[in-house]
This record gives sequence, structure tokens and C-alpha cells, in this order.
Amino acid sequence: MRGIVRFAGYLPYRRLDRAAIPGLLGSGGGRGTRAVASHDEDTTTMGVEALRAALGPGLAERVGSLWFATASPAYLDKTNAVALAAASGLPFSIGAYDVGGSLRSGVGALLACLAGSGHLSAVVMADMRDGLPAGTDESAGGDAAAAFLVGEDGPDTPVVAGYLGGASVSEEFLDRWRAPGERRSRTWEERFGETRYLDLGHDAWEKALAATGICAGDVTRVAVTGMHARAVSGLTRKLGVAPEAIADDLCSTVGQAGCAHPGLVLASMLEGASPGDTVALVHLADGADVLFFRVTAAIGEATPPRRLDASPSAPVPYGKYLAWRGMITTEPPRRPEPARVSSSAAWRSNGWKYGFTGSQDRSSEAVHLPPARVSMRGGAFDDMVEAPRASVQGTIVTFTIDRLAYSPSPPIVFAVVDFDGGGRFPLELTDCDEADVAIGGRVEMTFRRLFTADGIHDYFWKARLLRSGVVDPPRSIGGPR
Amino acid sequence: MGCTRFGEHWDRGLDDLIVDACKDAFDSAGVAKDDVDAYWLGTAQSGMSGITLARPLQLVNKPVTRVENYCTTGSEALRAAAYAVASGAYDIAMAVGAEKVKDSGYQGLNAMPVPGDGTARTLTAAAMFSMVAPAYAAKYGVSEDEMSSVLAAIAVKNHYNGARNPRAQFRKEITAETVMKSPRVAGRLGVFDCAGVADGAAAAIVVRAEDAHRYADKPLYIKALSFAAGSGSGLIDPDYDYTHFPECEAAAADAYAQAGITNPRAELAMAEVHDCFTPTELVLMEDLGFAARGTAWKEELAGTFRLDGELPVNPDGGLKSFGHPVGASGLRMVFECWLQLRGEAPPERQITSDRRLALTHNLGGYPGEMVSFVSVLGV
Repeated sequence: MRGIVRFAGYLPYRRLDRAAIPGLLGSGGGRGTRAVASHDEDTTTMGVEALRAALGPGLAERVGSLWFATASPAYLDKTNAVALAAASGLPFSIGAYDVGGSLRSGVGALLACLAGSGHLSAVVMADMRDGLPAGTDESAGGDAAAAFLVGEDGPDTPVVAGYLGGASVSEEFLDRWRAPGERRSRTWEERFGETRYLDLGHDAWEKALAATGICAGDVTRVAVTGMHARAVSGLTRKLGVAPEAIADDLCSTVGQAGCAHPGLVLASMLEGASPGDTVALVHLADGADVLFFRVTAAIGEATPPRRLDASPSAPVPYGKYLAWRGMITTEPPRRPEPARVSSSAAWRSNGWKYGFTGSQDRSSEAVHLPPARVSMRGGAFDDMVEAPRASVQGTIVTFTIDRLAYSPSPPIVFAVVDFDGGGRFPLELTDCDEADVAIGGRVEMTFRRLFTADGIHDYFWKARLLRSGVVDPPRSIGGPR
Repeated sequence: MGCTRFGEHWDRGLDDLIVDACKDAFDSAGVAKDDVDAYWLGTAQSGMSGITLARPLQLVNKPVTRVENYCTTGSEALRAAAYAVASGAYDIAMAVGAEKVKDSGYQGLNAMPVPGDGTARTLTAAAMFSMVAPAYAAKYGVSEDEMSSVLAAIAVKNHYNGARNPRAQFRKEITAETVMKSPRVAGRLGVFDCAGVADGAAAAIVVRAEDAHRYADKPLYIKALSFAAGSGSGLIDPDYDYTHFPECEAAAADAYAQAGITNPRAELAMAEVHDCFTPTELVLMEDLGFAARGTAWKEELAGTFRLDGELPVNPDGGLKSFGHPVGASGLRMVFECWLQLRGEAPPERQITSDRRLALTHNLGGYPGEMVSFVSVLGV
């Protein structure tokens, strides 16, 4: 049986209280919160977070292909999935592909991999949802990512949610659209889309039930996702499932994460699932997709290191959110902006820049971050082995706050970190406020975007404080070439 | 020797600063530019190649070399000139240090970017050095208030000295309260914990000791030149604790051996040290052997290193108040020794001591990744 072998969702640390929006603008907003990617996150880095969480010990080198879906790509033309592969320790000999553009591409990538055969496929969905200030899309949207490893059931790769089948329908009509390069989406009159989506969703649901022989009443967990909120809630009521089967669609806390949302909600449903559960996912985007899964006894072993409902979070002021999204321009530090990254220099240091892999001298065991050829102890030449530290936790030895250095969101919180098992590196801390930092604090590594110059994103690792809800992350095996 | 006033020379370019400092040096030694056999120009980021010096001085087909070694650039020029005459290759050499930093449009110092992989840290020097103070305080049990007083005392001392120096960038005495209440730049360091950023130039004519009397009635003799480049491993070595600078200890030990100094605190008349930030000077007092480990903070409070103390440190105001034109600072330190040991400092800061040796200490880089220079000079 083919299905989901591993899964994980990722929520960025910051939450915007929707009530803060009318506080500034006099209108807009709403109840609840939405997840906000930090200034150093994009869909690629959030995808890395989800994928690294989903990759269990030894699984990275088993992955045969990577499919990355987003409607907010960090790059066009250049494949973002390759950066995800490099930062997640996936092997060189895989195909890594972007599935681009639309809100349906995430669920489409998942369906394509479920319909495939053979090797383990990684499907990652990430999105950052924007809208103009005070608009519905701004407050209802959210930023998140989800990752799935899809493959055949095997002794080392037990399927935790077997794919039972489903149905898809597609119909050309205009409800929501965005021209390339635009920040805001536009929508047609709400009632037209609602009518179409209710019909399409209902049609796909019936077809899926018929194709799989499942009765609606037997579904133990279901969620409808889609950007059309009225259609989503209307269809949810008409599915004929037991009320207690309807899962939290995370819209009130996370927001609607667009292309990533079906994956995020599926991961959330699987986190709470028990063996034998029948889980249904319905996604409404330019048609409808219905997917049925049966949860297996292996589900307990596949729980991600950080459950979505235990994701640590802290508020972000609305003004800071607007600044991070480029909606308002705040005064930058009066320092020169960093120069663009050299492509060839970055390529040479792929293992360090994307894999955070240093080197360890074999005779002295001294760890060198970044990797070195000559040991700082004993002076041996070219006698080093790889020292991967991306999945290794560390302790803050000392730290400082730099109020002068260039940062897209100053000040920079900077710490000297000693890694468990050896190695020290001075690092920027992210997702923290100054008051959170202390000598002795424990940190883990996170892949981030440092800055952008000349259209080139500078990706590298930062440290973040270990917070509750976190257990030791799985070690990825096999650093990037 | 020659040395310009350091400061924000909006009306003077690099060429003007070079010409001013060199003219004074030529005059003081009674030599013409064509008498000099070889030139070394230290500039960290104001120009490249020897042409940066040859053009403003109109030197024709002379061996002119530009050197750079972070903030020890000026000392490096002196080292090259000294070894050049010592080798016998040249009879008269000139070391020039010059920097025009105030044309960048940014506060602080900014290094020229080298194309890279984007993983190098982008912290300011202030942030890197700010990690020294809490580490020192924790290791030696100094309370936060005591540490603030110690760092403020260093700034107050150097401003007191700088106020008595017509060439200094900041010529105003300050109070400890001013230091402690200044806006924070990095960590607990405020604006008044940081060196002044200035334009300026300094120059020295260097000849072999046996020839010196032909050019000056009271020459300044080089007793030791020491230079240590760290391996940069302090940044990644878990054993490094940010309370000392091993490169400075090494350079000092070498210089003392060269000069035959066994007790620097008792033998030196004065020292010019690289007080780029107040905690730097604190730690240097121990690295240079002026105070035992863990005691420099008490010595600073006791006034040991004040102008009237047992061993005056930075009698010209130091980087803190004289200002720090990167490539010129190393030679500026030598210039103060030139004035003090020869009794030519202004009376309000002339050190009256029967000791005849002085030390300059110049560093570049950051804790853990540093170059360090130490010279001993004497009359």
C-alpha cells in the first residue's frame, strides 16, 4: 500500500493578533491570530523546516525525488526545491522540482506522488499569504509549511496513512486571481465562487466516496480547505459526516496558508489520529480534490518532533509585520547594505552554507566550523572527517546585541554557541526578543534567509532558543555534496 | 616624525593628510623626499598600491609599497621600513600611515567587501568586543556596577589626556556618568565606550641606529618590533573565553624578550595601547603584563594608568579621544612616544619620569581573530 510515511507541519514563531489591525488602520482585522513568517523566512526556509522535521533518522538518503509547491516562490526560473534538498541533507542523485504558482499545486504534488510508484518521494508545500493592509486576505491569510514523505509500505518505511483513493474535478471559472509580480490577489463577487465551489466540492466528494466505497459516516476526521471561506464552511456542513469528525482547519489561529494549507491541515489531523482512523481532505481551488487515508498502527512512531498544537509562538506588532512584508518602509541601519553573495563561492561551500557541516580533525578531534583543511590543534593537513551540526543542539556561551550592524530587522542578537559533541560557532539568534537570551541558554539550528542583494537571497543558518514542545530532532544522514 | 590633527577633516582629502604628515616628518629629520630610498604606506581602506603615496608626494620611480594589516596597518608600515634599513638594502626609509574614513557617509568603520559565500558574520567591531566585558566580569567576580565604573574610568582617563592634546579628535573631559548614560551601541557598550572615528596621517623617517644622530639631535630608538597574527581559531575554539587576547600576549612576550624587559610595569615610562573599546584596554593591561590576571579592573579604578599614575597609558588620549584613522594609528602611537621620551609633549601632559622606554601596542581584528603588534621604543 502506498501512502504517507512521515509528515510534519511548520508554523513560524510569530503571531499577529488580528485585533491589532483596526487599532492602527481603523478597519480590517478580525478575531484570532495569524502566523507570520519572520523577516528572515520565506517559503523555501519554511519548507526546509517542515522537511527536516519530517525526515526521520536515515530517511534523507532514501528520498528519490523532491516536489516543492508554493504560490509565493523565493525565486522564479531558479528551482527552489534544490535549496530545500541541500539544506535538508537529501542526496545528490535525486530530482528536485518546483510545482508552481497556483493554490492547487500543493495538493496536486501530493496526489501525483501518491499516484506514483517506486521510490520515496518528498512533497513540501509552503506559502506566505499577503494582502493589502486592512483587507480580508491580510488578516485571514497565514504563513506555514508542511512536508510529507510518500512511498510504499516497507519495514524501514512503514506507511502511517495509507492512501485509499479519492477524486478530482476541474472546471474553468474565475474566482481568485493574481498577476505575476503582484502582491494582492483579486476576487470575483463572492456568491458566484461559493456556488461553483459548493457544486464542485459536492461532486468530487460523492465521486470519491463511490470510488473508495467509504461511507461519509465512517469518516473519523475531515477538513475542507480553500481560500473561499464561505464555500469551505458551506461544504463542510454538507458532507454528511459526524460533527465530531470535523477537524480544526487552523484558520482562527494560523490563518489560511494558501497552497500549503491542505498539507498543514492534513498534518494536523494526522498528529491527532489513531490507528484505524479514516481521514479525509477536501481542497477547493479551481475545482475540487478529495483524498481519503487510513491511519495505520505505525502512526505513533511518526509523530513529528514538534506537534503543530505545541508550536511555540510569540506576538508580533502589526507595524513590524507590515515592515517585514515590505508594506511600510522603516529606517534601515546607517550601515552599508551587504554585497551580493558570490555564486561560485557559495557553490564551493554548499556543504557548509546549506548543510552546516564542518570538519573534525581525526587526530585531535578538534571541530572546525566552517570546515578547514589544516587543524587548529596539532596542525595536521587534510585529515578531516565531516562534522554535521545542523541537527545538533548547542549552548550559548556568551552573547551580545548589535544595534549598529546591518540587518533587515535590527537589532541583531548574536551568540557564541558551543555545540553538543564539539564545535563552537558565533551565530545570529532568530525568533527571540532581547530579554529571552541568557548565557547557558539552549539552542537549535534553523535555516534562514539572511538578506537579499541584487535579487540574490543569502541563505544560511541561525540559532533559535529551544522552547517547550520540542524534543530532539531527528538527525539527517548524508550531508549535501 | 610628523602627525596631523586627527578628526573629521571634511576640508582635507587623503592626499592633503599625507602631504601634511610627510612634510612635518621631512622637516623634522632635515631630509628631502628624494633622499628617502624607500617608502611604505599603511592604509587599510583609503587607497591601493604605492601610487596612493607616490602621486601626492610626486615620488618618481621610488620603491613605494602599500601595506594593510587591519588596524595594525600603520605599525606594519613602520616594521617594513625598520627592517628595510636594518637589512642594509636602504639607508633611509619612510613609514607613512594615512586614512580617510569620513568620506564613506557611514558612521564607524566599514571594510571593503570581498566576494564570498554569504556565511561570514556581519557584526560590528563594537559587538565583537562587547562580549569581552561580561566574560571578564563573570570570570573575576566583578559586579555589573563595578564593571560599568571600570569601563567609564578608562574612557574618562583617556578623554582627560586627549583634552591636553591639540592633535586629538575629542578635546573635552567627560564624566563617568556621561559614559554610563551614553546610548547603547552593542551589548552594554555605549557610544562613549568606543574609539573616535577620524581622518588623519602620521609619518616617520627611519634610519639605522648608528646613523640616527645625523638626522636628529634626540632620535627615538626602536628596541623591539613584534607582530603576531592569530590563526582565527579563537572564534571556533571552545577553550577561548573572551577574557584575554592571546595574540597580544604573544607579541608582548616577544617584544619584551627583544628589548630585555622583565618587568614592564616598572621599566616603561608609558604605553600607548589599542583602546578601540573600553574593555579592550582593560584586558590589554593584563595581556601586556601591566597588571596580574583579574586585577586590571582594580588598577584602573586606583588610577595606576592615569597620567600621574605609576604607568601612564595612552597619555595622548588613545584611540578613544585622539581618534582612530585606521592606517595612521600605529604611527600616531609612536609619535606620542617620540614627543614624551624626548620631552616635547605639551607641559600639561608631559610625563616626568626617569624611565627611558615606551611601548606601543596596536591590534586589528576581533577577540578570537586578531593581529597584534608591540613595539618598544627608547631614548
